[in-house]
Parts: sequence; structure tokens; C-alpha cells
Amino acid sequence: MSELAIFPARAVRHRSFLVGAALTAALIATAGVSLVWTPLSPYVIDVPHKLQLPSAEHWFGTDSLGHDVFSMLMVGAQNSILVGVIAVSIGLGLGTALGAVAAARRGWVEEAVMRLSDFAFAFPAILTAIMLTAVLGPGIVNSILAIGIFNIPIFARVTRGSAKVVWERDFVLASRAAGRGPFGITLAHVLPNILSVVIVQATIQFANAILWEAALSYLGLGTQPPQPSWGRMLNDAQAQLFQAPWLAVFPGLAIMLAVLGLNLLGDGLRDLLDPRLARGR
Amino acid sequence: MALIAVEDLSLTLATARGTATALRGVGFALERGETLGLIGESGSGKSLTALSLMGLLPEGARLSGHIRFDGQELVGLAERDYCRLRGNRIAMIFQEPMTALNPVQPIGRQVAEPLLLHKRLGAASARAEAVRLLDRVGIPNARRRADSYPHQLSGGQRQRVTIAMALACGPDLLIADEPTTALDVTVQRQILELIADLVEERGMALLLISHDLAVIAESVERMLVMYGGSIVESGPTAAIFGRMAHPYTQGLFAARPRLGATRGTRLATIAGAVPELADLPRGCPFAGRCTLTIDACWPAPPPPESVGPGHVARCIRLEKVLAPR
Amino acid sequence: MSAFLLKRGATFIATLVAASIVIFLVLEVLPGNAAQVMLGPEAPPEAVAALSQKLGLDRPALARYAGWIAGMAKGDLGTSYAYDTPVADLVDQALTLTIPLALIAMALNTVLGLALGIFAAARHNRLGDVAVMALSQVGIAIPTFWFAILLILLFAVELGWFPAGGFPGWDAGLWPGLRALILPAVSLAIVQSAILARVTRSAVLEVLREDFVRTARAKGLTRGAALRRHVLRNALIPIVTIMGLQFSNLLVLTIVVENVFSLPGLGKLILNSIDNRDVVVVQDVVMLLAAMVVAVNFIVDLLYAVIDPRLKLREL
Repeated sequence: MSELAIFPARAVRHRSFLVGAALTAALIATAGVSLVWTPLSPYVIDVPHKLQLPSAEHWFGTDSLGHDVFSMLMVGAQNSILVGVIAVSIGLGLGTALGAVAAARRGWVEEAVMRLSDFAFAFPAILTAIMLTAVLGPGIVNSILAIGIFNIPIFARVTRGSAKVVWERDFVLASRAAGRGPFGITLAHVLPNILSVVIVQATIQFANAILWEAALSYLGLGTQPPQPSWGRMLNDAQAQLFQAPWLAVFPGLAIMLAVLGLNLLGDGLRDLLDPRLARGR
Repeated sequence: MALIAVEDLSLTLATARGTATALRGVGFALERGETLGLIGESGSGKSLTALSLMGLLPEGARLSGHIRFDGQELVGLAERDYCRLRGNRIAMIFQEPMTALNPVQPIGRQVAEPLLLHKRLGAASARAEAVRLLDRVGIPNARRRADSYPHQLSGGQRQRVTIAMALACGPDLLIADEPTTALDVTVQRQILELIADLVEERGMALLLISHDLAVIAESVERMLVMYGGSIVESGPTAAIFGRMAHPYTQGLFAARPRLGATRGTRLATIAGAVPELADLPRGCPFAGRCTLTIDACWPAPPPPESVGPGHVARCIRLEKVLAPR
Repeated sequence: MSAFLLKRGATFIATLVAASIVIFLVLEVLPGNAAQVMLGPEAPPEAVAALSQKLGLDRPALARYAGWIAGMAKGDLGTSYAYDTPVADLVDQALTLTIPLALIAMALNTVLGLALGIFAAARHNRLGDVAVMALSQVGIAIPTFWFAILLILLFAVELGWFPAGGFPGWDAGLWPGLRALILPAVSLAIVQSAILARVTRSAVLEVLREDFVRTARAKGLTRGAALRRHVLRNALIPIVTIMGLQFSNLLVLTIVVENVFSLPGLGKLILNSIDNRDVVVVQDVVMLLAAMVVAVNFIVDLLYAVIDPRLKLREL
């Protein structure tokens, strides 16, 4: 039993990176291709042909206004990636900077940054999106801002944790003894060593961003028509649940595969990059 | 009949590089009330020998050979039966007292646990006995301290607690795996004395594992020298200290730093490094590193040769080793 | 111990106050005139002025903030602009649905997630573990609201076992009410339990590596007994942390799920209020939700001290 018993876990782990990378590549490719080509235009309304089953002309059928579902899915990928990239960038940029500063400065600066990020956890993305919508009206910017803001404390926490471990290392002590200032050390030593941890976190947050963007558009708070969005497609599909149940399958499946792919990619990266230096507690 | 008799014990492990032989042909016996030391450097297989006796080997480990405890065969023993022996008739204490205790349970409860498990004592009598044990091992204010948590105790005190836990059910055999290595020198002495007292008081057999010759010299009547998963020399402690028969043993003794040596004396070392388990030679494990290696050392492990009463070494070049220089 | 409580309690209050300030700033101060927002950009200035007066918006911001806080302390949340009823009544009504829903979902999540996580850890690297990991990997990728829609498709449309939406109210009886909450609770719980299972598994595996587990086995405890008596309590710290986060998440996700099932809870209240531009209600409900999230975090902090005796002393 012994050696065979350990095998399944090892095999799966290698595969997860490959599957994740493949799914993520498929997501990006779909979005990329949709920039120049889709089978039909997702914006064209064709009410006489609404709610059709998948066919040769409409590969995944049509929705309640006659839009081609397949094309909408493709363009929807653009939307998901856009929100994901910008929101995660906001979180990563500001959050990592804050975390790095907290780890470098210690003392009250660190306390303040950590208290602020703890505070930010009181406002889940949806709450912030709700507030923004109440004030600005619905739109894709709300999604981006809300998710981005919520990402800041996540990256701040992760960065600070890993950075602290690096700061304890002997080579940093040597650098300090040689007279290097905290800013220099952060750039030269800390950031390169926590890079892999941050990359893995970014992948995971990207996946989360896609989920939250979908939820927000489903509620009508995020991406607005006519811009296709997977979440909103599900909202429309739900209204037609009795007449056209198949409509509910594809957008959800798209979200799930995109998120799954990114999660697997993140897990695989974590195993492969194995940042022994930055993996603290 | 010996309390515990190990015969031709071999152990293979599943490593990243395939199966590796961690123990080869290990054999020894221990009588009731006897003390036996096991010395060797890291990677020699000392701890694995102990874990084999306890049946606490990792996943992927394959044990063959015989371990007879009071007549009962332990190799291949069902887990449920093994659980009845552990902590009850065979007990073990480990190297790291700082992490050996459950941080969220009071120490009194942890000491009482084997009593509840094996002796079926009620909660009150188990606690009373636990307090008595804590007192015996030298924890001051035992009744009050029984409710404290491990993090409130020092390293030495925690080791005393693990000793109390091990002794709770009056085992026949106590295995101590480097019990003092992680402690301060002054505390080491106290713990070793405590163990020695308890062993004598209760007539237990003791298997003491260490990498420190001084500890072995003080504490045990007989000793085993281990290298590369095999026992290369065994015999009465005094005999081995008086006349080291195996090249490795000699190297080990020579490597000790000596007080009073003249300035500039280099520390003696054994050239080379302990080979990885997967790379052990088929013959004598010390072949290659040993200065007396010849071609005949490689193909098969050397048979045990008698050096004196009860004193045995596994080397085919004994005459050369023992010849006066 | 009391120093610990004081410190945590102070942080709790401070966080609540800070949250209220942020909410107030975003919703009342930033957009300028709340009355303008309510009536829309095309509204005639006289209407805006009249509404401003009625709502007391001509008072300085600080006074309005103080009034809001004081009102909340008394239980007076103001009056809804759209429904012309006290907000407190609307909120009470909504909570009778949202709180039970969140609690049921949390209970299901806890049972399923912990059980699967411990199961997987006990069968580490064997088939059971791999199966749980694979399933949960898919589970965490599923959007909750999509899962809810699929559940409706199967259990309501196809099988007809449960209603596809709506809530009869608790007056109609305990069972009819519960029946309407089962599908929503399950859709919330399944996805969350996938997360909890993974966290539980890794927490338990970490603890299994610790030395004191080996000590426990050396004392004669079976693997199962060692797991129950020594591992679980030590694994609780990361597990409880995640569960706290999950409850906060659940509260927020109920907004989405209530939408799927057309349940008249807090979620529906707030979304309708956004549509109606009913700023008063939005402000109160957001504050309520934020307060609940902060409260849950506070309770989790307290639980840490109960679970781990080392923390009690460290804080002093």
C-alpha cells in the first residue's frame, strides 16, 4: 500500500499546473480572439430568433433578445479579464507597497498599516460596490474600484508577512551592516524574494475578482448593457429559466472554468516556485 | 528470556530517490533492568531503530526481521495490539521537550492520559497519581503546577513532564532518544541523573540513544555503535571505551575535542561524510570512508567477530585495527 | 484576561465608529446633496430644496452624522423615502429572513466542511484525500448564484420538491418558511464548505506533523484518538479564523442569493433601495452589514483566547 499510496497526490499536483495553465491560456485566447473576430456580433438584436437552441448558426443558441450566446461569451471574457487585471493591479500595487513599508519601518507605521487593512476587511467588495452604486450609479467602474479596494488589505497582509521573514535573514542583516537603507534593501532584497508569493496571490485574487465581478453584474451593479458580461447573462437566463433552461448553463460554466483554471495555476505556481525564503508563518 | 530481543532487523523507506535501506541486520538483546546505549551520528539509524521498536515508523516504511518483546513478536503486530503496549509496557521520550507536549492541555492531564487509557483509572485517581509522578520527577509544587500549561515551563521542566508521562504506567522498557541534547549542560546532568534513578528504582530496562560519548559513558552498562544503518560494534561500555575495535568507533573517540590540548591542535575528524541512505554500499557501510578499506570490504557486510567477552565488532580487518600503532 | 477583553473591545468600538464615518462620508458627503441624488439629476431645484429641508440636509455634516449615530443608538433609523415607513421596521422585517438563512447556511457549511476536511486529512495522500481535494477544487470555482440557479432548475423546475422562490413568511408556519430557505441555504453552504474543507484539511495536516502528536501516539493512543484529543483543538485557530471570514462572506452573499430566490430579506431591501435612490435605507443597511461583519471578527478574536491558552497571557 505504502508507495502506491503516496503516488496519487504527486501525480495530481503536477497535472494541476498544466490544467490550470491550459484553462487560463484558453481564457486569454478567447478574449484575445474576440477582439478581432466572433462568429456573430454579440450586440445585434434579433428578436424573431430569440431563445433558440444551439444550432449550426448559433453555436450556443440565442438569448431573450436574439443575441448570439457564443459571441457574448467570447466578448464577456474580455470583460472578466479587464476587471480582473485592473482590480488586482490596484490591490497589488497599493497593497504590496503598504505591506513592504510596514515590514521595513516596523513600529507604529506597521501597526497603523495593519489596523487599516484589518479595518478594510470590514467592507467586503459587495458592500463597497453597493455604496458606490448608490452614489455613482451602476457601472463597470464600481466593480473595478470595489474589488480593487478590497484587494489592498489582502496584498498588504501577505506582503508584510513574507517581507518580515526576509528581513530576518542574514543576508539582509549583512546589507544593513554595510550601510544600505531600508528603501534600497526593500528593492534589492525583499521584493525579489517575495515575488513568487505575490505572484501566486495575484493569480488567486484574479480568480476571486472574476467571481465577484460576475456576482456584481448579476445584481445589476456592475457591467451594464450592451456590454456583455457573464454575470448579467446569468441574470437574463434566470428570467427565462422555464422557457430556455439551457441558457443558464454556458455563462456559469465559463465562469467556473476560468476561476478553476486560475486557481489551479496558482496552486501549481505555489508548488513550483516554492519560495522557501519568503514562506513564513 | 530477554525482555526484548531484536534479530536481523531491516528497514526500508520510500524516499524521493526510490526505496532506501535504513536499517540492515540490526540485532541486540536487552534484559530486564539492563541499560543499553546506542551511539552514532545523525543519519546512522539510531532513531529509526527506536521508532521500529515502538512501531511508529512513517508511511512507506517496511520492516523485516524480528523484535521479540517478552516473547511477543512485534514486527507485523496489529496496530490495536501495539497501542496497548505503547505507553504501557514500552515507553519513549524524545529529543525536543519544547514541542513534545500539547500546548493547549494542562500538563497534569497529559501525564494522566496514559493512566486513563491503559490502567483504567478514574479521573480523580489518575490525577492524584499524575501529581505524584510530577512530584517524583522534580516539578516543585506539583499539585498546583499540574494545572499549568507547557508554555509556562522551562525546557528542563518539560522534559521532566515527558519522563513522568512515560513512567506513568510502569513500563518494562524505557527508550530515551537523545533526551538531553536540546537542554542546557547543567540541566542535562540533572535529567540524566533523574533517568538513572528512576530506571534503578523501578527495575526498568533502558535504551539510551545519544551522539554524545560522555552521556553514554556515564549512563549505560552496555553500548552499541551504529553507522549507516548497521551496528558496527557492541559490548560492555567499559570494554569498548578501553579498546575500540571498529575503525569508526576509533574515529568517533578521536574526534572529541580535548580539554587541555595544546594550542593549535587541530580537531580530529573522520574524512568524508555519512552517505545518503540510497547510496549505502552493499558491504560494510563504512567502506570508502575507512582508512583501512580494502576490496573485500565492498561486496558483503562483515560478519560479527568477537573481540572480548560480550564485545563484538563487524570488521574484516580487526587485527590491523587492534594492532598497536 | 480582562486587559485582553478591554483591548479587543476598544478595537471593536473603534472599528465600528470608523466604519460609520466612512459610510457617512461616502453616502452623504461625497455626492454633495443627497436630495439631488434621490430625485435624480433632472429634478427641478425647488423640489430638491424642499426635500433637503424635509430631510434636514441643510444642517452641517457633523450635526447630521451625530444625529444619525444617536438615532441608531435609540433604534431610530429614520424614515424610508420610498416606502414612507420607519427604516427600523423594514430592517426588522428583512432580518427575520436573512438571519435564519445565514445561520442555516453556516451550520450546513460547518458540518460538511469540517467533516470533509478531517476525513481528507486522516486519509492523506490516499484516494479519499485526493477525491475531496478534487471536488473542493471544483467547488470553490463555482459561482454561488449560478449554483443556486442550477438547484432551482433541478429541484424546483424539474422535480418540484422546493419552491423556485419567494417566502411565505413565518406566519404561514415553521415548515413552509424553512422549505423556502433550504435551496438558498444549500447553495450558499456547498460552495463555502468546499473552502472550509480545504482549510480544515491543511490545518489538521499541519498539526499532525507536530511533535506532540508523536508523543500522544507513543503513549498508546490510536491514530483516531490522537486526532480527536490532541489535533483538533490545536487546528482550531486557523479554522475558526476562516469560519469568521466565511460568516462575513455569507452575510454578504445572502444579498446575491436572496436576489436569485426573490426572498424579501436584507439583500432585496438594499437592492430595491438603490433602485429607488433611497439613500437613508442604503446607509442604514450598509452600516448594519458592516457592523455585523465587525462583530463577527470580534467574536472570533474572543474565541482565540478561549481556544489557545497561550494567547491569554501574551496579551497582558
